[in-house]
Amino acid sequence: MEGVLDFFLDPANWTGALGIPVRLIEHLYISGIAIVAATIVGLPVGLYIGHTGRGANLAINLANIGRAVPSYAILVIILPLSLSLAPVIGYTPEAGLNFLPIVISMSLLAIPPILVNAYAGLRSVDRDLIEAARGMGLRESQILRTIEMPIASPIIIGGFRTATLQVIATATIGAILASGGLGRFIFDGINQGLAGQPSIYAGAILVTALAVGTDFLLSIIQRRLTPRGLRVGSRQIRPWRQAAEVPRGGGEVGPGFV
Amino acid sequence: MLQGKPLIDFEWILEHLDDIGESILQHLQLTVLPLVIGFAISMVLAVWAVRQPRFYGPVTVVTGILYTVPSLAAFAILRPIFGLTLLTALIPLTTYTLLILVRNIVAGFHAVPADVLEAAEGMGYTRRQRLIRVELPLAVPLMLAGVRLASVTTIGLATVAAVIGDSFGGLGQLITEGLQTFFPTKYLLGAVLSVVLAFLADALFVQLERIITPWSRAGGGAR
Repeated sequence: MEGVLDFFLDPANWTGALGIPVRLIEHLYISGIAIVAATIVGLPVGLYIGHTGRGANLAINLANIGRAVPSYAILVIILPLSLSLAPVIGYTPEAGLNFLPIVISMSLLAIPPILVNAYAGLRSVDRDLIEAARGMGLRESQILRTIEMPIASPIIIGGFRTATLQVIATATIGAILASGGLGRFIFDGINQGLAGQPSIYAGAILVTALAVGTDFLLSIIQRRLTPRGLRVGSRQIRPWRQAAEVPRGGGEVGPGFV
Repeated sequence: MLQGKPLIDFEWILEHLDDIGESILQHLQLTVLPLVIGFAISMVLAVWAVRQPRFYGPVTVVTGILYTVPSLAAFAILRPIFGLTLLTALIPLTTYTLLILVRNIVAGFHAVPADVLEAAEGMGYTRRQRLIRVELPLAVPLMLAGVRLASVTTIGLATVAAVIGDSFGGLGQLITEGLQTFFPTKYLLGAVLSVVLAFLADALFVQLERIITPWSRAGGGAR
């Protein structure tokens, strides 16, 4: 364990393209893109199904399929595709393969929890409230935005929490294909034999800390959300206590929200 | 490295059917053992957490942290301790099942209606009889859902174990060797077979759940 402390105290590990800050940013970059991509796909579908009640079986089955697909296998299956795409998207194998396989594989991992929770969250909203809103003349998009989403937001955010935790922890396997991210400390450590142990521990600690820390942040957002609204990619969500008021200005439903 | 050659070399596959079959068997071993051990541990933890609710929080926190440790690191950390023995693969694979299983087993117990428990008590069941004859059967659907998710997860994670050494075998072995030798047929085969295995396991547990809980599909049942 002393080796691990030395690893963290060694200034060389904090600078340059192989240092902790760069790897951390790569990790956040991979995870961030994956979550955004999964949100663009999963959230509208989940909200649509939750709001209309149509296609629920299909979506839940698709999400279950997504859950059953092993990430490492996806990573490997996409490899030939990204190798052949490499010249087009500007990556070369030498420059550390590329982020495409890991980003795609992580996006697929993140879709099921986001989609299912969006669906389950909307379904949990009291039907009477929605009927009342409809009776008051709110448009469907307004009902979704001002009533269903705010009330369902803790459950919807719960989906993001699960997705983010899984993605941050799993994105380490990208290192096997020479992708970047904190997983590199682990994989490079494995290749150094016994001397690499401190690097492995350091990588594991960094990834776990990042995952737990991010989850903690999201849990605060989740808790604060009922009174204050949240920003799951949308500024339009209003606190649900205000939902009874007639929403001002109408406004378009933002992109990504059906 | 792909030019000129077809992506999949079917001749190679046909020539190596025996090895592939063995890899699948090894993979099943890497999956079933952690599931069985993990289920036994989880059952103990869950029964304990149901009886002493204040322990449920700590149990989920600890199993949650274990779940968050990157699989690659977990295998690598155990390598100097147990060498390239099966234990190095089995221990992390087992700990990864705990969070899912404990949660679902506890949820299963909580899903048992209070009336039913009271009725069992009124009929003179002891605590143990009630657990075995009433609570366990009623908790089965959620438990099985947990086992289903855990088995699918384990099948996926077991492929990662091969990254740290070639003594565990399994489909991960095909992937690792394929990657190391730039032989797409091999790594794609390993990956695709692990996906197929995951789906089969998923389907198997769905069927199993239908078979052993006939009451849940008897059309609503409880009035």
